[in-house]
Amino acid sequence: MSEFEPKIIAFVCNWCTYAGADLTGTSRIKYSSNVRIIRLPCTGRIDFMLILQAFGQGADGIIVSGCHPGDCHYTAGNYHARRRWMLFRRLMDFVGVDLRRVHFSWVSAAEGAKWAELVNQVVDEVRTLGPYKAFPQRFHENGFPVQLTVAN
Amino acid sequence: MARIGVFICHCGENIGSTVDCAAVAKAAGELPGVVHSVDYKYMCSDPGQSMIKDAIRTQKLTGVVVGACSPRMHEPTFRRACNEAGLNPFLCEMANLREHCSWVHEKLPDTTAKAIDLVRILVEKVKRNKPLSSIKVPVTKRALVLGGGIAGIQAALDIAGAGHEVVLVERSPSIGGHMAQLSETFPTLDCSQCILTPRMVEVAQHPNITLYTYSELESLEGFIGNFKATIRKRARGVDEKLCTGCGVCTQKCPNKKIPSEFNEHLGTRPAIYVPFPQAVPNKPVIDRDRCTYYSKGKCQVCAKMCPTKAIRYDQEDELITIDIGAVVAATGFTIKGTDFFPEYGYGQYPNVITGLQFERLASASGPTLGVIRRPSDNEIPENVVFIACAGSRDSAKRLSYCSKICCMYTAKHAMLYKHKVHEGRAHVFYMDIRAGGKMYDEFVRRAIEEDQVNYIRGRVSRVFERNGKMIVKGVDTLLNGQSIEIEADLVVLATAMTAQPDAEATAQRMKISYDADHFLSEAHPKLRPVEMNTAGIFVAGACQAPKDIPETVAQASAAASKVVGLFSRSELAREPVVATVNRTAPPLFSTCVGCFLCETACPYQAIERDDIRGRDGQLIRQVAKVNQGVCQGCGTCVALCRSKAIDLQGFTNEQVFAELLAV
Amino acid sequence: MKIGLYPGCSLEGSSREYLESLQAIAPVLGLELAEVPDWNCCGASAAHSLNHKLALALPARVLALAEQAGMDKLLVPCSACLNRLSTTRAELIKNEALRREIAEVIELSLTCRTRVTDVLSVLAKATANGFSEKIRQPFARRVACYYGCYLTRPVEGAACRRTEDPQEMDALMKLAGADPIPWAFKVECCGAGLSLSRTSSVAELAGRVVEDAALRGAEAIVVACPMCHTNLDLRRSNIEQNLGTRFAMPVLYVTQVLGLALGIDERALGLHRHEVPVRWEKKANHQDTQAPSEVK
Repeated sequence: MSEFEPKIIAFVCNWCTYAGADLTGTSRIKYSSNVRIIRLPCTGRIDFMLILQAFGQGADGIIVSGCHPGDCHYTAGNYHARRRWMLFRRLMDFVGVDLRRVHFSWVSAAEGAKWAELVNQVVDEVRTLGPYKAFPQRFHENGFPVQLTVAN
Repeated sequence: MARIGVFICHCGENIGSTVDCAAVAKAAGELPGVVHSVDYKYMCSDPGQSMIKDAIRTQKLTGVVVGACSPRMHEPTFRRACNEAGLNPFLCEMANLREHCSWVHEKLPDTTAKAIDLVRILVEKVKRNKPLSSIKVPVTKRALVLGGGIAGIQAALDIAGAGHEVVLVERSPSIGGHMAQLSETFPTLDCSQCILTPRMVEVAQHPNITLYTYSELESLEGFIGNFKATIRKRARGVDEKLCTGCGVCTQKCPNKKIPSEFNEHLGTRPAIYVPFPQAVPNKPVIDRDRCTYYSKGKCQVCAKMCPTKAIRYDQEDELITIDIGAVVAATGFTIKGTDFFPEYGYGQYPNVITGLQFERLASASGPTLGVIRRPSDNEIPENVVFIACAGSRDSAKRLSYCSKICCMYTAKHAMLYKHKVHEGRAHVFYMDIRAGGKMYDEFVRRAIEEDQVNYIRGRVSRVFERNGKMIVKGVDTLLNGQSIEIEADLVVLATAMTAQPDAEATAQRMKISYDADHFLSEAHPKLRPVEMNTAGIFVAGACQAPKDIPETVAQASAAASKVVGLFSRSELAREPVVATVNRTAPPLFSTCVGCFLCETACPYQAIERDDIRGRDGQLIRQVAKVNQGVCQGCGTCVALCRSKAIDLQGFTNEQVFAELLAV
Repeated sequence: MKIGLYPGCSLEGSSREYLESLQAIAPVLGLELAEVPDWNCCGASAAHSLNHKLALALPARVLALAEQAGMDKLLVPCSACLNRLSTTRAELIKNEALRREIAEVIELSLTCRTRVTDVLSVLAKATANGFSEKIRQPFARRVACYYGCYLTRPVEGAACRRTEDPQEMDALMKLAGADPIPWAFKVECCGAGLSLSRTSSVAELAGRVVEDAALRGAEAIVVACPMCHTNLDLRRSNIEQNLGTRFAMPVLYVTQVLGLALGIDERALGLHRHEVPVRWEKKANHQDTQAPSEVK
């Protein structure tokens, strides 16, 4: 059996981290291909239900990344995200999410190398933690959250 | 039923060499809802774009996913192509197969698998995209320029010169600002007033400029192109229409011992005054706090003497509301007074003065008519010490920034002093000499070499008085840190330039951001240096950061050109990535519960409160409403909304969750 | 007000009059002073330049003892002691591991609960209400308030607020009826660091302080630090020799001035212990004021 490859989902803002990840590409810096990026305008847009949902459907690790404090394209979205994040971490801990699988970071549009480093580091860390089965099980057993109906 | 077209680009070798593009196209073709899936060498090329356009027409596509480079690169290209083929441009999305996949991973099956995933994510998203149209907002072609210093004057003249109306608001009785106080300007030593006053007159005479002096911005509402400004025109006590500016009132006012603000308290003025002879407008103001009539109820000498009967003691403040399309904030700066420096005597020594006070001493129109005399006894000082970086670059004083102009004006001061007092000795204590600029360093070298100003690299720890002399205790760091004491007759502090004391309140009134030092924050430090983050508001001059006259003028002209650019259109089009609050049929009307958390979260004050009323006019409930002209689309409100009543067009909850479920 | 007291070595030796005058005015001001039992050296002057752990352990032991004795607040009249105790406390509060380590060294429990306070703050509080009624003989003289270094340094957590031009002692002097002069050497160095090793430097540094005060017409210098007092008073002959002038200007502790204003016996205030006699010409600068009776 081949080595476990974790599934990582990244929620990033359009202006800093998405552009930073673009720079990683233009700089041809190689990193682990386990990550799937979901682009949002701002970290302030990140509904934390997204994170629970991501775990619920089998993500082994999560990255949330946006502009550095003070650099937000929308002035203060990242501050809102950070403030909410502080509370949400406690909540996740309470509901039994393994916090080692959740990474919050600031990657600017100029930090292509940092993005690659971040992804590699998270992938390595989650790889040693192994597949995340505990949470999705409970997530579905408890019917939490209400299953989304998405029309095709 | 969705009919999605997928177009995979090889980008030459860029994607094609690591990702199996044909396999991606094939896999994408099997996704539910995808009716057309192809790959091509260069999708952005003309033939590539034609493939997309043809497919839209022949296959009747309802959505397009282009798997190519970053959307930051070519999203506008492909959206334009879709639009040309009759598909709403916002029904086109891009999967980033180059920057986020082929360039960053090795040629492995996993890489192609990731590319397929990325396409699937965007297919799921685009199925839920809604046709959107750009938001159009009208533009009022009238600008408000706040502040009548050289920045405001330049911006106002430029905008007015381009044929647009300008309202210039200045809070002191005359325009001119700090530049009017200066004696000569570096590095040319041309007289400040000589170059400024013609510009001031031009402002007063310009048919497109409405000038409000002794006035302040009371409030600013609205958004780009559509602001409403309320200006408080403070009561001058003088009917400006009748006043001819003859000056009899100021000559006859018995209360003449009031320290003059214009002369930095080195001279005096009467209670009814014009700040300086060349003031624009040349109409006096009654200082109600100091006028005998207001404190004791009698005097009225000015009213009796006025030949046109223009004095109005009972005049009241006036509030004027104006529609404007753009604002230039040019509110200027202030400097630290000598009282800020305990080590230099806490402002208790008359012979320790600020650089601005020295300007007044050196100015031909100043209290000493341009002769350098020390304030304590009016003697001509034989030994003058200039202390640069007084407060600036000193984190212990909570002023860690460089005031930028002090190196130059200190050299100028020392030079002016040497030109006026040939036998005098001028010493300058400095940290570094920062003289970047055209002919700037040459100017400083001239002060040192030709005018023999004694430059000492080191700080001054204390200034105190002994036997009528100011003892300046400092250190010469180039002389092995030796401490030195100079007996000076006059000490000039190049005190730090700071934001206006009410800069924070002014910024909050305009809803623009400011930094820790209360200087206004530009939208981008490099690429958008004259724009504020709030659209439609621009910045010029030292209210943004310390800067000298040439830089200020350049920035003011830049801000003016931005305003003129904005006014070149009668309507503005904006990307429709904005938030909306849902509305449903009665009796619910909206799932918004009216908690207004979104209001507190919005960085742009775009959330309004909408009253839902019944036919009888009775208020049923209050819900949030997004002003789409103001909303910038960050989506912070969406993440915060408890009832999921607010959503972000282009990044709706449905779209984002669908993307996630597709991972 | 009940408060702990850490006298330190100076107040038991060269500056006994500081302690005597403090104890003399304490009951009048409603201060109840309780000495820290079994206190030790604060480690100033030598320990902190030789061994950092030792420099922390010595004051830490004093803090621990004060804590043990249930003191909420500890008055430290000597500025050097004050500096050692307050900086140690600040460092140990910031560094939890270090605090535990030091507690082990001194073999006492240590939470740093006891706050450290200076003489000017304590006197300001004690004189805040009804002090003017207690005054028997206003100290109506021009005084130069000399703060020296330790009341204003380091700037973080200094006892005085305007560290370049402190006002706390000036305020107390005004309460006592004195006229504090504005002058330039309030916080200059008196040379205490070189007190024993290079007396010539002390004469020069302290000389400048005395000279400036005299030049501006001060009739007395008021201090709140034993080192300042030693250098301005005990070294006066060196100063005078160095400058070639004589200055008939006594140096008083802030507690002594308050004591004189309260009409306390001069001997009880320890005025007789000074090198420079505490006496003034009958008609100095203020003809309307009555000088305190002469000291034998």
